[in-house]
Amino acid sequence: MTALLLLLATASASEVTVWHSYSGAEQAALEQVADDWESTHPDDRVSLVALPFGGFDTKVDTAIPRGNGPDLFIAAHGNVAKWVLEGVIEPWTSDTTGIAPVGLDAFTVDEQLWGLPIATKSLVLLYDPSRIASPPQTTDELIAMARAETADGHYGLAYQAADPYFHAPWMHAFGAVAIDDDGTVSLDGDAQVQSFAFARRLAVDEGIAPTQPTGELVSRLYEDGDVTFVISGPWFTADLSRPVAAAPFPMVSETGLPARPYLTVDGIYQAKGAPSPELAQDLAWAIASAHGAQTRQDVGGQAVTWTATTGASPLVQTLRTQAETAIPMPTHPDISAVWEAQAYALRRVMRGSASPERAGREAQARFEQLQQKDVVEVSRSPYIAAFGVLLLGLVGMLVVRLRNPELRNELAATKWDYFWIGPAALAMIALVVTPFVLGAAVSLYAYQGGEWTFVGLSHFSDILLSRDFPITSPMSFFYTLAVTILWTVTNLTLHVSIGVALALVLREPWIRMRGMWRALLILPWAVPNYITALIWKSMFHAQYGAINKLLAIVTPGPGPVEFDWFAQFSTSFAANLATNTWLGFPFMMVVTLGALQAIPKDLEEAAEVDGAGYLTRLRHVVWPLLRPALLPAILLGSVWTFNMFNVVYLVSSGEPDGSTEILISEAYRWAFSRNNQYGYAAAYAVLIFGVLLVYSRAANRLVGRKVL
Amino acid sequence: MRAPSWVRVMLVHLVLLVVTVAALYPVLWVLKMALTPGQSFAVDPWPIPQTVTFENFAHVINTETSEGGWLFGRQLFNSLVISLSTAAVGLALSTSAAYALSRFKFVGKEAGMGAFLITQMFPGVVMLIPLYLLLDTMNLLDNLLGLVFVYATTSVPFSVWTLKGYFDTLPRELEEAAMMDGASRWQTFTQVVLPLATPALAVTGLFSFMTAWNEFILATTLVSKPEQFTLPIVLQRYVNDYNAEWGHFAAGAILVSLPVVALFFALQRYFVEGLTAGSVKG
Repeated sequence: MTALLLLLATASASEVTVWHSYSGAEQAALEQVADDWESTHPDDRVSLVALPFGGFDTKVDTAIPRGNGPDLFIAAHGNVAKWVLEGVIEPWTSDTTGIAPVGLDAFTVDEQLWGLPIATKSLVLLYDPSRIASPPQTTDELIAMARAETADGHYGLAYQAADPYFHAPWMHAFGAVAIDDDGTVSLDGDAQVQSFAFARRLAVDEGIAPTQPTGELVSRLYEDGDVTFVISGPWFTADLSRPVAAAPFPMVSETGLPARPYLTVDGIYQAKGAPSPELAQDLAWAIASAHGAQTRQDVGGQAVTWTATTGASPLVQTLRTQAETAIPMPTHPDISAVWEAQAYALRRVMRGSASPERAGREAQARFEQLQQKDVVEVSRSPYIAAFGVLLLGLVGMLVVRLRNPELRNELAATKWDYFWIGPAALAMIALVVTPFVLGAAVSLYAYQGGEWTFVGLSHFSDILLSRDFPITSPMSFFYTLAVTILWTVTNLTLHVSIGVALALVLREPWIRMRGMWRALLILPWAVPNYITALIWKSMFHAQYGAINKLLAIVTPGPGPVEFDWFAQFSTSFAANLATNTWLGFPFMMVVTLGALQAIPKDLEEAAEVDGAGYLTRLRHVVWPLLRPALLPAILLGSVWTFNMFNVVYLVSSGEPDGSTEILISEAYRWAFSRNNQYGYAAAYAVLIFGVLLVYSRAANRLVGRKVL
Repeated sequence: MRAPSWVRVMLVHLVLLVVTVAALYPVLWVLKMALTPGQSFAVDPWPIPQTVTFENFAHVINTETSEGGWLFGRQLFNSLVISLSTAAVGLALSTSAAYALSRFKFVGKEAGMGAFLITQMFPGVVMLIPLYLLLDTMNLLDNLLGLVFVYATTSVPFSVWTLKGYFDTLPRELEEAAMMDGASRWQTFTQVVLPLATPALAVTGLFSFMTAWNEFILATTLVSKPEQFTLPIVLQRYVNDYNAEWGHFAAGAILVSLPVVALFFALQRYFVEGLTAGSVKG
């Protein structure tokens, strides 16, 4: 039977689809392996789909259960347990001879192999071979060397100190782990706290490292020859033009234990329901083994799990050595909550806003808040009954109203009018209202470990009674609501005042080149807002951002300005605000220009003849006519600003400590980080809608007419 | 009116200049990154590039598919087709609806207008997965048509709002005259009203176009075939958690923004009138 299937699969031309998120050299290597496979399988094709890294997991989660997935996909082992639970992958049952055991371990769940490991990745110590002859063996040596290297603008060491992944080597050397096999987490334990103190010393107190090092900043520093030691992984070297050497992590002098980074293993997963599994397995094996592995190593620079490759570069050899002591990345479902809590502690320690002990205690508390609670199933019957009564009531109301002969006559007389509005209404119902109602219905369920449990309104009561967080914590709904309201009000104030001021200026008859000014001033509106947000985020960087460089020019005194915009609420909020104001004022300017055109000139001239000055004319003639025209735009603008996800998510990302998050970005975090708590996120979304609905009704009443 | 003093004229122009420079500064920065060799983030605050190269643009434009096809051209084509269709479908759906809301008096009209605007308050985050399931049921997944429908409906509320406002300001006498001459409602609408509404049609068409042109979250989720990807998806791949190719990103950003900016400039004479004529009347 299998042979027959295999025959069928190979006889007809088949296509094997592979999803991956590789880029650069790794992508090139994979493409080459696929081409080689195609040349030995003349009837079959490989379709490689490079997906953006960010949306990869969500796509796997949604597409495969609906039968729209690929045949194979390449991803790290981190989600293997989750995908087993969700039933989106098939076990790997064929031969694995020749694959390193460390890779196989990572893909084993319940003594069953769930993917074919192809490459390992871990952090290593990278250094500039033109400055350092032999790498340090202990952290004391590392610090001494780095100190000797640090001098005006050149740094000894650069790494993303506040990122839990980069902190892990030190954590393990102090004897702590992120999460036990049985799910125990102690971020406030002694070992953990000591590792925080050590990281603080290394990244801040020694003065050998730059501030706010993001991944791309570290690459840039190295590329420009401005740093000697870097902690990073194989991806770091991919597009580097300067030579770089690698060494395994040194021993931590305080404990005498080796620093052990996390090991991530990339593997090929077989999606459930793939049409030709044998063929897919054949391709997977070709990628993982022998010639495929050699190509990935030589072209893609991967530390492959195939043990029989030859001629590995020194970097790949170092990666393989490091893999022997590295600790496989935990796959416990609570791990994302641990990351968030630990990142919170590290940021506070680096910033100096909490001692290591205090940061540890607070991180532990935060973890316990984020951790998935035990789900209590509730009976559906009262909800079904309530829903039924509601539906019956609505139908009843409709029937009563339709029995009114006047209304029926009116309906009959205007029935053709509905055809005009019908297409738009139907499209909206199908593609906007239905998804929202379905999404909202999810708020009655809790999602955990691949299963949905009916929990009724308990998400709402948890959120509204602030059961899990103190009401003043940035995690509480009311805190975030307050920030969101502040965000909306300040934004609108700035958009309207700047927009109106510019429009008033541009209206003056003696302005030269009016068309040019207007065209240039609406430019911010034309640029896609995610591009703007990413650019502004980088402009606010403490050490390398343009804003601080400009400040350094205008402020007296020598030396650079290194103001950390995202360290406190006020300036972090201001950074978001500046970005969104830049995006938002042109709309208000254009609306005002339009409204001003409609104000009759003679009215103003009459006022001027009567001796009214400029300001008096503005206040008593222009403003009363402008106000009603601006109101609808302001109200609509406020709704857009209230839900302005991109700017907050991309500029401040909620920094510091989630305090600048607005409701919509907080909902996003519950849904897509923090363990995919979709139900909780949906409850947030329903509440956002509720708040806006109440606001719009109130606004209509306040304005005295229906504008929203 | 009296001519203002030259001091005031100078001052006002100076303020305008400062504001304009502030508005253009980030744009110039992107331009600098795109024209500077290498992938690093521009460091010094001066937004004029020292050395100019077009290799970042060349890289973005010359990216190939795994089969050796011209990827950029393919994706540009997709983006154009999707965005233009979105503008067409969006306008087709919203003009008649807006006209009905402006001129007719039918039962539930007020509620209808309110309902259109209420959908603007739906938070998009929760709709992603249900939308995926819906399109799957309708067999519109991995289908450019599916994306067009989704984008077009997203743009309908704002279009209806703008167009209704504009129709409200058009004098009814012309329509009444046309109908006296025997034209049907539909003929009056298409032959008398629509030609008069050019500014509002241009503005709403442009916004529908932009909705589709700039979007990447839905596009990434709803489409899995590289030959159907749109430009913003590609742009997203240049900057991720591990690695940022700022030069390529900036060059791509400029290439993505250029058509929209060009449309903005081409249509901006309609903006002032099209966007607000309605609300002036109140």
